[in-house]
Amino acid sequence: MKSRLIELNAIGHAFRGNRVLSDVSLTIETGQIITLIGPNGAGKTTLVKIVLSLLKPDIGTVTRAPDLRVGYMPQKLHIDPTLPITLRRFLSLAEPNLQLCLNALAEVGIEKLIEMPLQSLSGGEMQRALLARAILRKPNLLVLDEPVQGVDVIGQEGLYRLIGQLRDRLDCGVLMVSHDLHLVMSATDEVICLNQHVCCHGHPDQVSTNPAFIELFGSRTAPYTHHHDHSHDSDDNSGNVHSGDGHHD
Amino acid sequence: MIEILLYALLAGLGVAMVTGPLGAFIVWRRMAYFGDTLAHSSLLGVALALLMSINPTLSVIIVCLVLALILVVLQQQQNLASDTLLGILSHTSLAIGLVAISLMPSVKVDLLGLLFGDLLTVTAQDILIIYGIGSASILLMIFLWRPLLSITIHEELARVEGIPVTAVRSAFMLMIALEIAIAMKVVGILLITSLLVIPAATARRFARTPEQMALLASLMGCMAVICGLSSSWFLDTPAGPSIVLCAGGLFLLSLLKKQ
Repeated sequence: MKSRLIELNAIGHAFRGNRVLSDVSLTIETGQIITLIGPNGAGKTTLVKIVLSLLKPDIGTVTRAPDLRVGYMPQKLHIDPTLPITLRRFLSLAEPNLQLCLNALAEVGIEKLIEMPLQSLSGGEMQRALLARAILRKPNLLVLDEPVQGVDVIGQEGLYRLIGQLRDRLDCGVLMVSHDLHLVMSATDEVICLNQHVCCHGHPDQVSTNPAFIELFGSRTAPYTHHHDHSHDSDDNSGNVHSGDGHHD
Repeated sequence: MIEILLYALLAGLGVAMVTGPLGAFIVWRRMAYFGDTLAHSSLLGVALALLMSINPTLSVIIVCLVLALILVVLQQQQNLASDTLLGILSHTSLAIGLVAISLMPSVKVDLLGLLFGDLLTVTAQDILIIYGIGSASILLMIFLWRPLLSITIHEELARVEGIPVTAVRSAFMLMIALEIAIAMKVVGILLITSLLVIPAATARRFARTPEQMALLASLMGCMAVICGLSSSWFLDTPAGPSIVLCAGGLFLLSLLKKQ
């Protein structure tokens, strides 16, 4: 049973006169994984902040489901080395119940690290720790900002698989931000290609042949590794793909 | 005579207990320079108090809070790097304080006492103020411990989890302002930050949880006060700088412990 978690309608935002987002619309439903890709300065972070209610857009409307609970996984933690804090204590800030923390850690596969100082975790372990904290809130929407940052390729695959599993188990919607064009595509239901406006969006293997996408990322960045039997003529795959109206600079 | 020493000791310990947990947060949040800037502005607070004949403690608290507010607003503009901004405000406010005091020839001010502390002239009333404000700060700190820790780790994550970040941060500023107002008498305007930063940095090497570090920092601060006052009493060294020197000595000793 799908239900609409959040709907952004014709969002626009500017910072001191610099337009970073214009006319962006986006709907996230339960069980759906949406990946936001785009170059630096495309407004990905701004859009995520709007979804998280950290920022009010200048124009446009945001409609949230009344039972919306957001679990947020930030890009990176900058914890000062002078702060003595274990993984257990870190999780207890979101959920004081130890058993629930253990469950969340088991779910992301790092329950053995519970007494480790947070600063000693590796890149991949840290991402899993952040993911554990996000799911502790029993979210129906997970917002993940660059979830595989600082993780090696094998670890990245594992993380994307984990995110897919969590989506199934929690029956939540997932909004992910990514730089990576390869692995993320296979883990996603819908890709939104953002460059201040929505250039194109749709199913990953169709977005990758969209001219707007190719213009932004170049045709060589074949974003999807298994080859489906489809035409590379952009006019041919009109199915799920909607080109943005804008121009690119 | 022994009364003077007892008062000084009580005042010093009262201040050191509060600087422990507060200093830990200053270290974790990398706000040492911020604390220094606020401390420097307290001289202006004293000058204003003399000018308008109001209570100097209250005046220092207000000036610190106003400066904290200005800093927060200017930092949001992001036209200048944060440390540049702090450098400008820190020394400008100190200079304004010095100039303002020099323009009041009618009042006799012990400038050295203000800058480096004047622990041996503490009165019973000072002690009441220190313990009153100190216990209020500690209660506020206990009440806000978890949200403060959360925003120290990641402010936006804390906000998404429903913590009123702006309110908690403002309360933290208030705690710093209160601490500066009571610590001024003990180590003086120029040395306040050292009492915040050094015991916390010393405690880091022995602590395994944030709470342990905060409590150990208080303990280190108290030890520095006791050592410093003893040295002041027996060797006739200035009390404030002696306390800071002892805190520094304890830090050096802590380096001997293997991490």
